[in-house]
Formats: sequence, C-alpha cells, structure tokens
Amino acid sequence: MPSANLQNESASFNWFKYASPQAFFPLAGAIAPWFAAFAAVLFVVGLYIGFFVAPTDAQQGESYRIIFIHVPAAWMSMVIYLAMAFWAGIGLAFNTRLSGMMASALAPTGAWFTFIALWTGALWGRPTWGTWWVWDARLTSELLLLFLYFGFMALQAAIDDPRRADKAGAVLALVGVINIPIIYFSVQWWNTLHQGSSVSLKSAPTMAATMFTGMMVMVFACWAYAIAAALWRVRCIILERELRTDWVRAYLGKQT
Amino acid sequence: MLSVMRNVIARDLTLAWRRRADVFVSVLFFVIVASLFPLGIGPEPKLLRVIGPGVVWVAALLASMLALSRLFADDYADGTLEQMLIGATPLSMIVIAKVFAHWIAANLPLVLIAPLLGLQFGLPADALAVLALALALGTPSLSLIGAIGAALTLGLRGGGVLLALLVLPLYAPVLILGSLAVEATATGMTAQPYLLLLAAMSLAALSLAPWAIAAALRISYE
Amino acid sequence: MNWGSMIEFFAMGGKGLYVWGSYGVTFAVIAIEIAMLALRRRAAGHRA
Repeated sequence: MPSANLQNESASFNWFKYASPQAFFPLAGAIAPWFAAFAAVLFVVGLYIGFFVAPTDAQQGESYRIIFIHVPAAWMSMVIYLAMAFWAGIGLAFNTRLSGMMASALAPTGAWFTFIALWTGALWGRPTWGTWWVWDARLTSELLLLFLYFGFMALQAAIDDPRRADKAGAVLALVGVINIPIIYFSVQWWNTLHQGSSVSLKSAPTMAATMFTGMMVMVFACWAYAIAAALWRVRCIILERELRTDWVRAYLGKQT
Repeated sequence: MLSVMRNVIARDLTLAWRRRADVFVSVLFFVIVASLFPLGIGPEPKLLRVIGPGVVWVAALLASMLALSRLFADDYADGTLEQMLIGATPLSMIVIAKVFAHWIAANLPLVLIAPLLGLQFGLPADALAVLALALALGTPSLSLIGAIGAALTLGLRGGGVLLALLVLPLYAPVLILGSLAVEATATGMTAQPYLLLLAAMSLAALSLAPWAIAAALRISYE
Repeated sequence: MNWGSMIEFFAMGGKGLYVWGSYGVTFAVIAIEIAMLALRRRAAGHRA
C-alpha cells in the first residue's frame, strides 16, 4: 500500500490500516461486544415500550404489536443487502480481501432477517387480513430477496477458492442490487393490475407516538445486533482463511 | 473487432447446428412442461385460457435456463475461452457475440414454437402473436442475465442447480411483464407498454450484462 | 400499564399465538445464529 502519509501516521487515523484482516481482527473483537451489549439493552427497552407503554391499537387490537419486530426486520433485510453489495463493490474495485469477507459475513444475518420479516408478516397477516400470505408487492419482493441471499450464499459455498468465491459473490451481489428496484416495481405493477384480493397493505393505522418510539428503538437494536453478528462472523472467516499464517497460529496458541 | 464478433457468431452457430439434437431437446422440454400443466389442472378451457400466458412463459424461462449451461461449457473445457480471455478483442464484445449466437440457437426456436403452445391453452389469435413478440423481446434479457450466472458457475460442482438458484429470481420481472403483455391482449387491452418495457429491459441488459459476464469469466479463470 | 394480569399479558387480547409466535421465532433465530457463530469459532480454533 502506498503510504504517502507515513510521517503523520500518528497524527491522522489511518483507515487503510484496518483493511488488512490481521489488523481488523482485534478491532472487530474489541467493538463487537459493545454492539452486542447495546443490542441487548435496546431490545429490552424497545420491547418494554412495545408491550407496556404503547397503547392497544384501536383497529387491530394487540396483534399490531408484531410491528415492533416485523418492520425493523424488513428494513434490515434490505439494508444488509445494500451493505453487502457495497462491500462487494469495494472488494472488486480495490481488491481488498477484507471487503469480500465482510460481504460473506453479512449474508447469513441478512437472510435471517429476511426470514423473520416473512415469518412475522405471515403471523401478522393472519389475524389482520385473515390470510397467512398475499401476493402483495412487498411480500413478493421480500421473498425474492430471500432467494437472492440464498443464491449468494450457495454460490460462495460451491467455490473452494476463497478469493474466487469473494469475487464471484461480489458480481452476483452487484447484479442483484441493480435488480432489486426492477423486481420491486415490476412486482408492484403486477400486483396492482391483479387487484383481486381486498387486502390493501397501504392503509397503515395511524401510529401513536409511543408506538413509533418503540419501533425505532427496535430498529436500532436490530442494527446493533446485525453489526455485532457480522463482526463476530467476519472474525470466524478471518481465522478460517488465515489459519496458515503465523499471527493466527500465535493467537490461537495463546488462547489455549 | 466486428469481424471477430462475426466469426464468433458464425462459429457458435455452426457448432449449434452440428448439435441440433441439443436444440431439439430444449424445445421438446418446453413443449412437455407446458403440456403437463393442463394434465395437472384439468381441461376446463376457461381456466386454461387464464393460466396460459403464465404457463407458457414459465416453461420458456425454464427451457431457456436449461440451455445456459451449454453457453460457455465447451469453450471452457477445450481452452477456447482462455484464448478469448487473453486475446486483443475486448472480452465483453466476444461475450455479446456468444450470447447472441446462443439466443438464436436456444431461444429463437422457443419463440417460434410458443404460439403453438398458446393454441393449446385456447389463446385468441392476436394474443398468440403478442406471445411470440413478447418472447422475442424478453428472451434476450433472459439470455444476458443467465449468461452472468453461467459464467459465475463455470466449472463448479452442482453447477446446473446452482445456476437455477442464481438466475431464476432475477428472471421475475421479465416473467411478470411478459405474461402481462399476453394477458392484456387476451382481455382486449393494449400490450404496448409491457412490450416496450420488455424491450427496454433487454436493451438495459445488453448495455450492462456483458461487463458482468466478462468480469465473471475472468474470475472463473483466476 | 396495559395489562391487568399476567394471563392478560400472555393472551394478548386473544392474539397471543400470533404475537408470541412472532417474537418466539425471532429470538429462536437469534439464539440459533449466535450458537452457529460460537460453533464456527470453536471449529476454527480446533483446526489450527
């Protein structure tokens, strides 16, 4: 790496230092527990607000309380895909190994959130609209998003060479991220033209302030959790891939 | 550069012609899949007319996808692809030529046979014409997107099933617009917006996909 | 406070199955993910 700012390295924080897995490994280990703790506290606060402070919804009764996990999970499923594509793009553009590892580390967490969004959506839909599933634009796109995550993970799992896996996954993630808006709009259009069902997801109940607060706290809790999980997983990936290096051997030897 | 592209197209078409049986098998697959649906659903003409456009499109999607593994596999096996990678002609141009030849060999037959299948489902004459037109406009983007998947899965174990998992979710917009075009015609509305969007998607895929395909091929060779 | 008693809280106005089904699966998923991460970390340590 060209180090033009070698002299003032002590003065300015050098981000590129942490582009090396060896340097990032202890950093991730140091900050992951903080995010995990933050997530745990926020989950407790958010659920407390959601279940004990927020009032019963006038139209939906108590089943609306699923919103406190459903909406954050749905947001995270999309945000994580974007983050994944971002790291994938950085990895392709600058050929940094850590970026590809970050993308792989994010994928399972993103897929889990997509699954949670679909699951809670079904459980919310049943008491509210009397059906587990409607081919609504949002639900259908979310399902296709889950397939995109699976495709990414399956492709990487099928490739033995980690560098090729990173790059192939990166191309796929970028193709996917271009397609997501196209998928969403085409599905939305398809749905409005097939308006057979009487279910309209657009008329969301007006939200009380405490409901909104509870939801936002849960959103931040999910963010913190996703970051902690991804950092934890990227540490596993670093160890797996750098197993032959001296520093990993020294690190693992020190632990046992 | 153009002469190289012409040569690639001519070569790939010659190869495809020598292996007519492969083309025949994918067309047969297309016909059989579409013909199985009435057996599973029942011979009620009204119902078949409703599901016809979607069924023919899904069958075309699958047939087009199955042919994808042939796109690069032979050139990969005999080293031709490696020559193309290091040659002077930009890889994305060669890729366009290869995908074009592949489209003629693997998808054009589907476009031509599709109206016959539409007939099985009792679609009216104008809908049959739109079905062929929509397939002609939509299948290029299937080939282009699919080629990305084919390049990414080159030489991998379980490549075929993996390719399906990668590519089918990305096919969703084409499927939606394609069946909507046919449905609109069958119910007496205009299919024009859908056909235009299908064409737009194919053009967008033509401008973006070749780079992704070329990048994926290089990655597969590293 | 919304709930008069524990029973009321768990009943969720008759929608308990849906609400607790959502949160139960969510936290089960989180537990599974954490367990999988812990296993993966241990496996990496043992392979060295």
